[in-house]
Amino acid sequence: MAIKTDAVGKTYPPVEYVVGTEKIREYTAATFDDNPLSNDEDAAKAAGYAGLVAPPMFAVVFSSKAAVPAMFDPEVEMNFAMMVHGAQDFTFHKPVVAGDRITTTASVKSIEASGGKGFYVYTTESVNQNNETVVSADWTCIVRGVEA
Amino acid sequence: MSYTVGDKTPEIRVTPDKYLPHRYAGASGDFNPIHIDKEFAQMVGLPNTILHGLWSLAQVQRAAIQAAGNDPTKVKTLSGQFRGMGQPEVEVVVTGEITTVEESGEAIIHLEAAQGDTRIIRNATAIIEP
Repeated sequence: MAIKTDAVGKTYPPVEYVVGTEKIREYTAATFDDNPLSNDEDAAKAAGYAGLVAPPMFAVVFSSKAAVPAMFDPEVEMNFAMMVHGAQDFTFHKPVVAGDRITTTASVKSIEASGGKGFYVYTTESVNQNNETVVSADWTCIVRGVEA
Repeated sequence: MSYTVGDKTPEIRVTPDKYLPHRYAGASGDFNPIHIDKEFAQMVGLPNTILHGLWSLAQVQRAAIQAAGNDPTKVKTLSGQFRGMGQPEVEVVVTGEITTVEESGEAIIHLEAAQGDTRIIRNATAIIEP
């Protein structure tokens, strides 16, 4: 299948997410993360935070809600049956704390074919209620059976 | 914290139980059936359900946090490649080493996660603040 690159640069509507204390605990339980700052409100408050500190990769929880619709955009024409999540790249700018209201915007960063595979890179940018960027991420999906 | 080139990150050893991918699906919102439905996984040619790559990367993250004095806010970047398929009920081992210490005091760590001889996260890199 020939690769289609028309969607490169396309940006999607922002997605809002409010970070909840028990959602952080659910994430830490599922990832065996027993860090006190992310599990114990007293420890987080003693360290100067308003609530539990989300583990950096909790960013997956709020930013995927913006990234996934971009991946499923029919205009991108990514073949899910042949797709694997190839790589992930996060930059953490500021801590995310329970109670934060995070807005994430996704866009299509690049689409390239190489060696019979398609490389689809989506980017997400997440800002908090003070309009400070908290995390940016690149999501790389690799699709087999794609020609330039 | 100050860091030294060549220092190893604390080793993480964890065995995801059979139902872990279900709990991680709920926690993360990723309900792709290859992680939670054996029949579906086999229909698309996999031997069994596979671990979420981002769960395995979260284990790499734990090693980076522990290397940073157990402070999650000191982890500034984290990246990794998903290659070998991770399986439930097999021990995951995360190893890493500080490869560079910048003038600013930031350290660059290279890490990987493996199940036996299968490296499930390759070329992972994290930058941690002093």
